[in-house]
Amino acid sequence: MIPAIAAGGALAWSVPWMPGLGVALSFRVDGLGLVFALLVTGIGAFVMLYAAAYFRTHPNKARVMALLAAFEASMLGLVLADNVIALFVFWEATTITSFLLIGFDHDKAEARDKALQALLVTGLGGLALLAGLILLGGVAGTYEMSAMTPEAGAPALPGHALYPAILVLVLLGCFTKSAQVPFHFWLPNAMAAPTPISAYLHSATMVKAGVYLMARLSPTLGGTEAWQWTLTLVGAATMLVGSIWAMRQTDLKLMLAYTTLMALGTATMFLGGDTPVAIAAASTFIVVHALYKAALFLVVGLIDKTTGTREIDRLSGLGRAQPLLWAVAALAALSMAGFPPFIGFIGKELKYEGALAVASEPLVVAGAAVIANALMVAAAGLVALAPFRPRAGRATTPVKGRAPVGMWVGPIVFALAGAVFGIFPDLLGRPLIQPMTTAIVGEPASIYLKLWHGINVPLMLSVATFALGVGLYFALPRLRAGLAAAEARGVPSAEAAWEAGVAAMKRFAAWQTRVIQGGRMRVYLFVEIGALAALLWGAIALAEGGLPAVAPPAMALFEWGLVALIAIGAIAVVLTRGRMVAIAALGIVGAGVAILFVLYGAVDVAMTQLLVETLFIVIVAVALLKLPRVPAGEGPWWRRVRWGALVIAGATGLAVTTTLLAVLEIPFDRRITTFFEQAAVPDAFGRNIVNVILVDFRALDTLGEIAVVVIAALAAAALLARRPTTRPEVMADGAPAGEGEARGR
Amino acid sequence: MNSLILTAAARLLVPLMVAFSIFILLRGHNEPGGGFIGGLIAATAFALYAKARGTEAACAALPLTPAAIAVTGLAGALAAALWGALATGHVLGGVWPLLETAPDGTKEGLPVGSILLFDVGVYLVVVGAVLAILFGLEDDVIDEDDGAEDDGRTVNARADADGGPGDGGPGAGTPPGGLTDGPDPGTARPGTTLEGGR
Repeated sequence: MIPAIAAGGALAWSVPWMPGLGVALSFRVDGLGLVFALLVTGIGAFVMLYAAAYFRTHPNKARVMALLAAFEASMLGLVLADNVIALFVFWEATTITSFLLIGFDHDKAEARDKALQALLVTGLGGLALLAGLILLGGVAGTYEMSAMTPEAGAPALPGHALYPAILVLVLLGCFTKSAQVPFHFWLPNAMAAPTPISAYLHSATMVKAGVYLMARLSPTLGGTEAWQWTLTLVGAATMLVGSIWAMRQTDLKLMLAYTTLMALGTATMFLGGDTPVAIAAASTFIVVHALYKAALFLVVGLIDKTTGTREIDRLSGLGRAQPLLWAVAALAALSMAGFPPFIGFIGKELKYEGALAVASEPLVVAGAAVIANALMVAAAGLVALAPFRPRAGRATTPVKGRAPVGMWVGPIVFALAGAVFGIFPDLLGRPLIQPMTTAIVGEPASIYLKLWHGINVPLMLSVATFALGVGLYFALPRLRAGLAAAEARGVPSAEAAWEAGVAAMKRFAAWQTRVIQGGRMRVYLFVEIGALAALLWGAIALAEGGLPAVAPPAMALFEWGLVALIAIGAIAVVLTRGRMVAIAALGIVGAGVAILFVLYGAVDVAMTQLLVETLFIVIVAVALLKLPRVPAGEGPWWRRVRWGALVIAGATGLAVTTTLLAVLEIPFDRRITTFFEQAAVPDAFGRNIVNVILVDFRALDTLGEIAVVVIAALAAAALLARRPTTRPEVMADGAPAGEGEARGR
Repeated sequence: MNSLILTAAARLLVPLMVAFSIFILLRGHNEPGGGFIGGLIAATAFALYAKARGTEAACAALPLTPAAIAVTGLAGALAAALWGALATGHVLGGVWPLLETAPDGTKEGLPVGSILLFDVGVYLVVVGAVLAILFGLEDDVIDEDDGAEDDGRTVNARADADGGPGDGGPGAGTPPGGLTDGPDPGTARPGTTLEGGR
């Protein structure tokens, strides 16, 4: 498979899902998908092994392993899906599994809060993404991403009127998922998850989903100034924010989380570079970062497991007791810092080469990259030197236990891979990076990874980076103190703004629930009927031609009489104060309407109306007893009239009348009627067209209706059963009081 | 119970009404009627039975609880839908296994099949749903009669949402909805005329 894809081919497989909507469960493996699939499965395998050892005594071990497997499957589907709707489904599946994994220690309030925050941020982005993808599919005329590119013959998107909307929506989804500024805060918070989960989801795979999608859609959406500037600026901001705040952290894992932000920002920035060199830099860096970051996270997990702490200031001299751990950490950290001959060095050289070739502002990008990489050198020193080196004035941290073998395999393999790929870069370059770059650029790109490029600008920048980085490492305590002081003074925080927004939304929801659903029947009816009146009047006001001409309908005398009877009944219901009188008057209204139906030949409807009316009266008679009696007003009649109710009722009645008269003005289209008349007997063997429509031609509607009826009845019965039954003699089977609601009914 | 005439009439009327409802259900495909109307008639019959002999007796007369009847009806309609899907390839497509095509192209036989099953489902849903709500309300009325023995007490309108079935105590029988339970000075209470004998 790898040789075929390295040669520029792609494997595709598809089953129809919703063919009418163009949605298919289609997968396609090309260079980009292959690299991500290998990362997901390769890192996944070792993380699973690690997690099995890490959680070996945990009571919820089975759950965490099942969730990890579910996440891995979703992630694999995400990077291989070709249909955007299928991709979105897998995308949301990773969001949900990530939520469950962050909140794995669900008995801790902090883990629950952080899991919810991650879910809300990425879920909100997911909604934007769905809207963007649907717009994209509509504009491109296909939901298959492989058919959306200009090379595949699709119309060029950037000129389309909807392009800005698509770009904003899709990028919102990508930026939230990949924790770009200003949505970056959820990622460090997600470190509430256990270490193996952080290593897998929040460094190597899931957070790269946004980067992946940007790379995937780069041939379709990229190439415009808006794309280049947005990605470059947001990516650069994320890179700098991540690398600077990493210096502030004292928890090793949290520090690694911030360096992950830096990596995600870097990848985004180079994707925005939009030249083959910049894309190649992004591709290489994604692989490089996944290798060293997974290794370092697992190392931190080992330190935590063997010493019981991850605080840098409490760790010292671990190297003597754990030389192997030190070696692994050093290998991974050297790759992270970008020292030769590690793959990280090649990645960094490519970055500088790419930075100088970006489309928008090469000098700014290169400068930002140098600063971020220098900070990475310092961070690498922090994770690989500080805990292991004996430090003056500090006691050596005692080692409490030994880690099982399963926890060693992953970090060793990842760390060694960084060195092997660095010495033999062609193992990585030809078969993986080149096809990946080709897939992102959209046209064949030739990339050769080499350790030694000769003395050129990137090498000079590298040397400068090392010098700056080493200097920063020794200045670290002062840097941290400065950042802590700045934090204490209060820096503008995206997280605070987000939390304020969430709190405001909750307040709004509570307020509108209080207003609209006050728990009183009158309020519900006011809101409901008032909304109906507003909608109808809105429709009438916006209708073309304004109000219809209303002419008094031509009716026979007895028809007028019937209408008068109905009107008298309705007025009596409103005016009477006796409930029995009101019920009887309501019966008059119903019976009058039923007679009207008979007059116009709708026998079925009349029968239904009459029967519903009968049962309605029975139910209302019973239910009215339960309703509160609104006290009658005092004083003269204008004080007793409820003017609000009068206005709403009058407006609704007038609106319905006007609408009905307007509808009757439209000439009646008999085509459907004719079809039913002709088809009822030969096709459905029934002469009663009404019934044939109900149970055959439009049976799906009926099915929906009876489902609603059943749900409503079950809900009503459940609500009524909540009432305590305290009367023992009504128990047919002599069951004790208090279990009355379980009684058969 | 309170009315000998009602009890005696119900004894005669209820079986007739149930039989009539089935007749209406079956003829519905060709003449006015059908599952919905038939179901309403049957529900009216059992409502009458409940008025004459009490809710408990009406419950006992039904083979299943009303909710179970409604759910059975929905299941029947779904089964008809699946039958059509399996036999014709279209969900809810009509299937008439007893119809045979005569040599001249017309169809002969008894037009009974998935469509009738669907209509029976509608019938059962209507019966079950109406009776579930009605009997649920009737229980409430019984409670209210109990509550009326307490001295006039106003219950907060939200209390019924909070009070679980388990909260007993002196207020347990008091109905929800902010109803003042004391004697109503305005009109004679219709509840006492409807449920007067209790």
